[in-house]
Amino acid sequence: MSIQSCVTIINEWDIVAARQLGRNVAKELGFGIVDQARITTAISELARNIFLYAGKGQICIDKLNEGGKVGLAINATDNGPGISDIRQVMEDGFSTSGGLGAGLPGVKRLMDQFDIESSPGDGTKIKATKWLR
Amino acid sequence: MNKLIYGFIEENKLDILNEWIETTKDNADDRVLRVVSDQVFTSTSREFVDLIISNIKGTKEDYTSRLTDFAEKVVRLGWPLTFVTKGLHTFGEIVFEKMEKSELVTKDNQMEVIREFGAWMTPMNNEIVSVYSTTWEKTVSLQKIALQELSAPLIPVFEKITVMPLVGTIDTERAKQIMENLLKGVVKHRSEVVLIDITGVPVVDTMVAHHIIQAADAVRLIGAKCIICGIRPEIAQTIVSLGIDLNQLTTQNSLQKGIETALELTDRKIIVMEGAK
Repeated sequence: MSIQSCVTIINEWDIVAARQLGRNVAKELGFGIVDQARITTAISELARNIFLYAGKGQICIDKLNEGGKVGLAINATDNGPGISDIRQVMEDGFSTSGGLGAGLPGVKRLMDQFDIESSPGDGTKIKATKWLR
Repeated sequence: MNKLIYGFIEENKLDILNEWIETTKDNADDRVLRVVSDQVFTSTSREFVDLIISNIKGTKEDYTSRLTDFAEKVVRLGWPLTFVTKGLHTFGEIVFEKMEKSELVTKDNQMEVIREFGAWMTPMNNEIVSVYSTTWEKTVSLQKIALQELSAPLIPVFEKITVMPLVGTIDTERAKQIMENLLKGVVKHRSEVVLIDITGVPVVDTMVAHHIIQAADAVRLIGAKCIICGIRPEIAQTIVSLGIDLNQLTTQNSLQKGIETALELTDRKIIVMEGAK
């Protein structure tokens, strides 16, 4: 069972909107302050990646309830240029934009589950899940 | 031809008005009805219809100013633009239907009436949309200015010590301003220590961290020291999870501790006066 709400990312302010949505959902599900910060930060990273590299995409927040386990999933999808070497972007310190290169590996550490699907020309699909303990 | 439409509307004004109010009320979503009472809705609707009619008989200047007034009022009431434009369209439809029924529109003059209708409605539509968008643009630009004003202030608190409290989201534009104000301010106030307080920053992601690190580096290059304070426990945890290296920076959890450190760095301290109660 999941309930979804989405934010389209086109400009920098949409990142804030996506973050706000994520924070509200996390609060609603009963996540603590630290997990709320983790979730919003993860959304911020993913949304910024969309804004920086794909230009346009979507962040969707799912409320999950699987067999009594409650959780929140962030779905980031875009039709941007895609990633040719996923292993490389998951390494700390790799960046093509002069940033810190901590974004994607950081999101993986901030969340419980992390799936990435991407190939050049096909866009990128990322799903990151956090379970309520 | 114009006289035909105008005369008809003038004659059946009340009828049209009532039907229009009924139809629009049915079509209006809750958002509209929740924000205005029945009375306001009816009186505003009447004004709207009056306005539409005055478009035909009034002078151009008179009409434009009334239209602007009306649009501003509607914006204040919180009516969505689509509701107003739809209302205008509905009005045209009702009038046309009624004219058809009373056989004022015949097969012969049908095209002409439609064209006449278009010439009458389109400018009104355009005007309303343009007033709406002008109002919005004004609001947005005002807010932008307001945001810029509270963007990145630099406050000298002691000799050689300045504080920059940051509140709210940091985007690229603001990050640029922070950097500029910081460097300009350090030189201007001859600061030796600058405290950047991020208590009010809701999320510290890699981009924000990157900008803070760069700002601190730049401050070091012009010979001052930078202390980041106001790192909340949850922010500290996310920074660690993200794997951001802040080892090059001095950090403190509160502004108070930051100021104490800053005083230490400039060989001073706050003491309790003897004899004080």
